[in-house]
Amino acid sequence: MSASPASALDAHIKVGLGGFDLDINLTVAAGQVVALLGPNGAGKTTALRALAGLRPLSGGHIRLQGDTLDDPDGNVFTPPEKRPIGVVFQDYLLFPHLSALDNVAFGPRRHGMAKAEARALAARWLDRMGLAEFVGRKPRHLSGGQAQRVALARALAVNPALLLLDEPLAALDARTRVDTRAELHHHLHDHPGATLIVTHDPLDAMMLADHLVVIEDGAIVQQGDAQTVTARPRTDYIARLVGLNLYQGTATATAVALPGGFILTTAQTHSGQVFVAFPPAAVSLHQNRPEGSPRNTWQATITGVHRHGDNLRIQLGGPLTTAADITPAAAAQLHLTPGQQIWAAVKATETHAYPAE
Amino acid sequence: MNGHRTGIEGGLALKISRLLAATVAAGVMLLAGCANETPSAPATSAAGVTGNVTVFAASSLTEAFKKIGTEFAAANPGAKVTFNFAGSSALATQINQGAPADVFASAAPANMKTVTDAGNAEGTPAVFVKNQLVIAVPKGNPKGIKGLSDLTKPGLKVALCAEQVPCGAAAKKALDAAKVTLTPVTLEQDVKQALSKVSLGEVDAALVYRTDAKVPTANVDGIEFPESAGAINDYPIVVLKNAPNKTAAQAFLAYVQSDKGLAVLTTAGFQKP
Amino acid sequence: MTSDTSIGTASRRVRSRRHGRSRIPLALLIPAVIGLAFLVMPLAGLLIRTPWATLPQRLAEPGILTALGLSLQTATLATVLCILFGVPLAWLLARAEFPGRRLVRALVTVPLVLPPVVGGVALLLVFGRRGLIGSWLDATFGITLPFTTAGVVLAEAFVAMPFLVIAVEGALRGADSRYEEAAATLGATRWATFTRVTLPLVAPGIAAGAVLCWARALGEFGATITFAGNFPGRTQTMPLAVYLALETDLQAAIVLSLILLTVSVAILAALRDKWIASP
Repeated sequence: MSASPASALDAHIKVGLGGFDLDINLTVAAGQVVALLGPNGAGKTTALRALAGLRPLSGGHIRLQGDTLDDPDGNVFTPPEKRPIGVVFQDYLLFPHLSALDNVAFGPRRHGMAKAEARALAARWLDRMGLAEFVGRKPRHLSGGQAQRVALARALAVNPALLLLDEPLAALDARTRVDTRAELHHHLHDHPGATLIVTHDPLDAMMLADHLVVIEDGAIVQQGDAQTVTARPRTDYIARLVGLNLYQGTATATAVALPGGFILTTAQTHSGQVFVAFPPAAVSLHQNRPEGSPRNTWQATITGVHRHGDNLRIQLGGPLTTAADITPAAAAQLHLTPGQQIWAAVKATETHAYPAE
Repeated sequence: MNGHRTGIEGGLALKISRLLAATVAAGVMLLAGCANETPSAPATSAAGVTGNVTVFAASSLTEAFKKIGTEFAAANPGAKVTFNFAGSSALATQINQGAPADVFASAAPANMKTVTDAGNAEGTPAVFVKNQLVIAVPKGNPKGIKGLSDLTKPGLKVALCAEQVPCGAAAKKALDAAKVTLTPVTLEQDVKQALSKVSLGEVDAALVYRTDAKVPTANVDGIEFPESAGAINDYPIVVLKNAPNKTAAQAFLAYVQSDKGLAVLTTAGFQKP
Repeated sequence: MTSDTSIGTASRRVRSRRHGRSRIPLALLIPAVIGLAFLVMPLAGLLIRTPWATLPQRLAEPGILTALGLSLQTATLATVLCILFGVPLAWLLARAEFPGRRLVRALVTVPLVLPPVVGGVALLLVFGRRGLIGSWLDATFGITLPFTTAGVVLAEAFVAMPFLVIAVEGALRGADSRYEEAAATLGATRWATFTRVTLPLVAPGIAAGAVLCWARALGEFGATITFAGNFPGRTQTMPLAVYLALETDLQAAIVLSLILLTVSVAILAALRDKWIASP
């Protein structure tokens, strides 16, 4: 039993899903913000629902501040209304028939607080969120950002030991998102309890959380702080999220043999299983085989051309599946069309190799 | 109407003269029909009777008319009888609103009058049977009811027909004649509803027609009482003016009034006129 | 929520547009107009045949007001009964998982397909003097329901309840059950969730169902006359009075129908502004 305040949440979540099982270990310390990051369908929301008691575990356990909330083997299940957990849902689920104030006062009222007291508490929370003038508004008259803050206030008003946020910024437009993210960071920082954010957006995860847990197909594939995870992605998913081409192979000195037989030359010396990563901007494209400095060159087929910021992102097939970023000017010169054969090159010094353990 | 002809009355007179003409025509046809199909020589001589006869008949005639219909169709191959059984007043309304009926058999002269007044009857209606009231009680007469005065016993639940319908009017007449004042628990919309309340045991007695009490499925006993003689109900029948199949209609009417038809009706509890 | 608002503004925009009307496709407009005519023509027929001159004196007849009062009173009581029992039933059908739920849902609609007169007979077989429950009620408490005003309420509730249950169940299915989950995470018990969240969310559905239920109860004839009989002041509601008036006096029947129509339409219109329009 890990009752130490250092790990407010100690969970081993096992839930059978359609195609695969969700099976992850999560610990979150009081005051810590952890992001559960993963592609759609990885099981993030299921994990959140299991923690909130909205979905039963098939195995494992959930302990919060030393209390066992869930233990299917020991026949322990705590219904959601009995858990000291607050949830901010993806689309907030503010009660449409209640004003912002009554939405926030709803939790304290259900926990037995007198009406006047609960409303005063709710007013203080809304004031803290900068929503003092919106207390009387119904949710349908709130903007997305305001609704998000009301939802946060509502979840925090019950003083939860664990705060869960499901894609807290997904419902917002790009502009509101930037402002709200900064504010959310501030409020989460102030929350004395543990916080778990579920998101598929790496930017949200990195900006809001102290610790990232990446899951794919129901299992944890990588965890650590933002810097570690982005610098050394261990799966294609993370590599794509952070905008890197990623390959795994067997290193002999500076040569890394990939499963298909292709050999990548790197700057560092390694041996055994390694990851090799390089950004799409490091890839150059040529009509003819390029000559010169030590580089990796191969003939590729263009499978797709997309806009990517100011540049074009070229998807390449062939011995390596690669993304390359080039300027529109370069693209015009090369007359790029899907299906076209082209030479790709990456300097060894622009690759980054690290052990795969 | 004697000579004072305003414009409106003129129209009315025109209508009446048309009606007269129609009646005369009907009379001729009726005579012709009688000549052809005397009750003593039915069926065989009605070789010309074909097609469908639509008969609108009071619901109290249901069982008897169904039987007559079967017999009539058997006697006249090629002819078929379709019935519409309902309350006489509903039938009268339907006929006056243009329902395609050949024959109307009413349980009360009042409803027949509605039809004749509207000029929808062909000829004069004939009373073909009479019906009278009995006290319907559950089989075995558990409350030992012997006459109308027994119906006022405290705690006894009685159903009557509403005064607006023939059986209710007859009941009022009978009760008045017997100088019996009783408070029913319900005033039913038709005699079958009143009867079913007895069948279901919801009331202890109801005033219904003798014919209704005789229906075996009703599972009731009919208690005769002398005052019912003062409230006998006449059943008139008529061929309708807009009958689609007048020949067959006349034949059916004749069959109902024949010995065979009356035999079926009296077995059902009706009295000869 | 956001989608609600966008729909609201979208429809407002269309309404404010001048050329909105020409955009209704004929393929919808023509059947819609025919449908409306079909519904309204019989009413027009009644109005045309109304003997307006004798209307005031008919209204003054005491029997009519008694029947009207009884109709309004019993239909309202029946609606209250339907809400008390129908809303929980609808909740059960919409939210609870139990074996045979589909069968239960089918059974709920039985009064809809059952001819009302048969419904009345069925009620007699259960609540009648010799009925399954009725005989026990009679023997134990001396209560008999047939031929009483309570019997009218019962008969009306029987035929009207499916309208409420179906409307409320539809509203519950349409309502996002995740609001209930949100309430649970805020510490609300199932009962608190039901009363504080679910009920307010489906209030428009309940109001719509109650209106349908009330209207059906008000027009109820077959089950009432079969189960409760017909006695002025006690069980004779307006439809029964209309039917009996039809036996002798078509014009009286028309007047009675018109009164029933006017009163019910007035009440529904008044309620509609209060309840149905604004959720």
